[in-house]
Amino acid sequence: MGQRLIYLDNNATTPTDPRVVDAMIPYFYENPGNAASRNHPFGWAAEQAVETARQQVANLINVDEREIIFTSGATESDNLAIKGVFEMYKRKGDHIITVKTEHKAVLDACGKIEKMGGKVTYLDVNREGLIDLGELEAAITDKTILVSVMWANNETGVIQDMKAIGDICAKHGVLFMSDATQAVGKIPVDPKEVGIHLMAFTSHKMYGPKGVGALFVNRKNPRVKVTSQMDGGGHERGMRSGTLNVPGIVGFGKAAEIAKAEMHEDAERLSKLRDKLEHALTSMLEESYVNGSRESRMPHVTNISFKHVEGEGLMMTFNQNIAVSSGSACTSASLEPSYVLVALGLGDDLAHSSLRFSLGRFTTEEDIDETIAKVAEGVNHMRDLSPIWEMYKEGIDIDAIEWTEH
Amino acid sequence: MAYSEKLLDHFKNPRNVGTLDKNSTNVGTGLVGAPECGDVMRLQIEVDPVTKKITEAKFKTFGCGSAIASSSLATEWLKGKTVDEALAIDNMAIVEELALPPVKIHCSVLAEDAIKGAIKDYQTKNGVQTVESIAASH
Repeated sequence: MGQRLIYLDNNATTPTDPRVVDAMIPYFYENPGNAASRNHPFGWAAEQAVETARQQVANLINVDEREIIFTSGATESDNLAIKGVFEMYKRKGDHIITVKTEHKAVLDACGKIEKMGGKVTYLDVNREGLIDLGELEAAITDKTILVSVMWANNETGVIQDMKAIGDICAKHGVLFMSDATQAVGKIPVDPKEVGIHLMAFTSHKMYGPKGVGALFVNRKNPRVKVTSQMDGGGHERGMRSGTLNVPGIVGFGKAAEIAKAEMHEDAERLSKLRDKLEHALTSMLEESYVNGSRESRMPHVTNISFKHVEGEGLMMTFNQNIAVSSGSACTSASLEPSYVLVALGLGDDLAHSSLRFSLGRFTTEEDIDETIAKVAEGVNHMRDLSPIWEMYKEGIDIDAIEWTEH
Repeated sequence: MAYSEKLLDHFKNPRNVGTLDKNSTNVGTGLVGAPECGDVMRLQIEVDPVTKKITEAKFKTFGCGSAIASSSLATEWLKGKTVDEALAIDNMAIVEELALPPVKIHCSVLAEDAIKGAIKDYQTKNGVQTVESIAASH
């Protein structure tokens, strides 16, 4: 019996939309040129294709096409924004503010800033995964040059109050950067409307190809500049050298065009399926908890902890045909569970017990029904095996036991 | 990460899942690990008072697939062994049998600790010198 594969790990990456692949193919064959070759038809065709894509990407987020810098992905964009701003504005100040639940691309870039002599404040989040705006404002000093807050969290889908953060940054004359990787193409994202000056995002989270991303850099009021982190031929207005990934960029543009047209419909459909999944699992399985805000959240994501069950073990009960991810330590080489869930105030035990389900454009109701059945079966199986579930059922206080940490 | 067939078999069809009466003098219980670390293993043995052989072994484990398979395998190996033979079970034998990847070696260590814990509990209950006290007297 061949098993149908079900993909609910769209926050890791999305499958490429066939319409995107179709748009890319000519740029491998008929039009193989380098967009920087200014003196022949191959180069002209490539340059034209890149500029069309730049327009499509700019349209998706409602900015000028000259404000889009193509990169290799959101990690590079995050690095370019943070390190580029730090180097460009160091005479003005050396302080950056970010959040504990940011993606590693932001946290590790900030770690590098600290090694370079800069200062970084890492804001806490509350149980909902949201920052405290008062704390943000209090953290701003006359040395602060940048605030970096992600639009939507990759693990929980929690959306920060971007407009309120933008207002605070504007009031204090501080640049506002956002890693919007998980939000762009899935919900309306308009950086100018909320006062963002730099914004990182990527193609492969919105049904485009991997290996291409963008950094939005505000051109007017204020005109923002970043020091290039990749030096070479002076491509992308001198901010990012390197031959442009023409087929990738074309695919990114097409993905942006499709997202703009279909995002509302996708979001509405997916939020219903997500709610069905979440409701079914939390009502069928006692001691299951949704992590992070349910009000301010992406429509396609739910992160659920199933108490007294370890996430990786649980995944093994169904991962022959269902793909999800877990905040359990066992999915990484370290013994630390998800730092994002720990920052939300979950105990390590609940963080170990979490699964993230992220739906996408190609998720069907049949997928959700099968997932509900398999996950519920898996949780029950693992609880039958779990000594701490047995203790919990016997009314033993698990927190009172002296565990032998190893 | 691809797991071995044996590991997957122990994970999907775990042997000897269950609970023995921890108050019985013939039963030894080892409880190791911590929920915050993502693994808790409880392994129990029942020893025949006459032959001193392990007649029954049961486990319950909260943890990843490798931890569950390691404890399932351990219970299989324990049955029929004397206490002294059981003490000789080495975690590396579990690593080899299940082809555990390097990041999962700690699961086998936990299983060995659970075996030793169960034996120590049994010996304490029965007034036998424990593993540590024997080692200390040498």
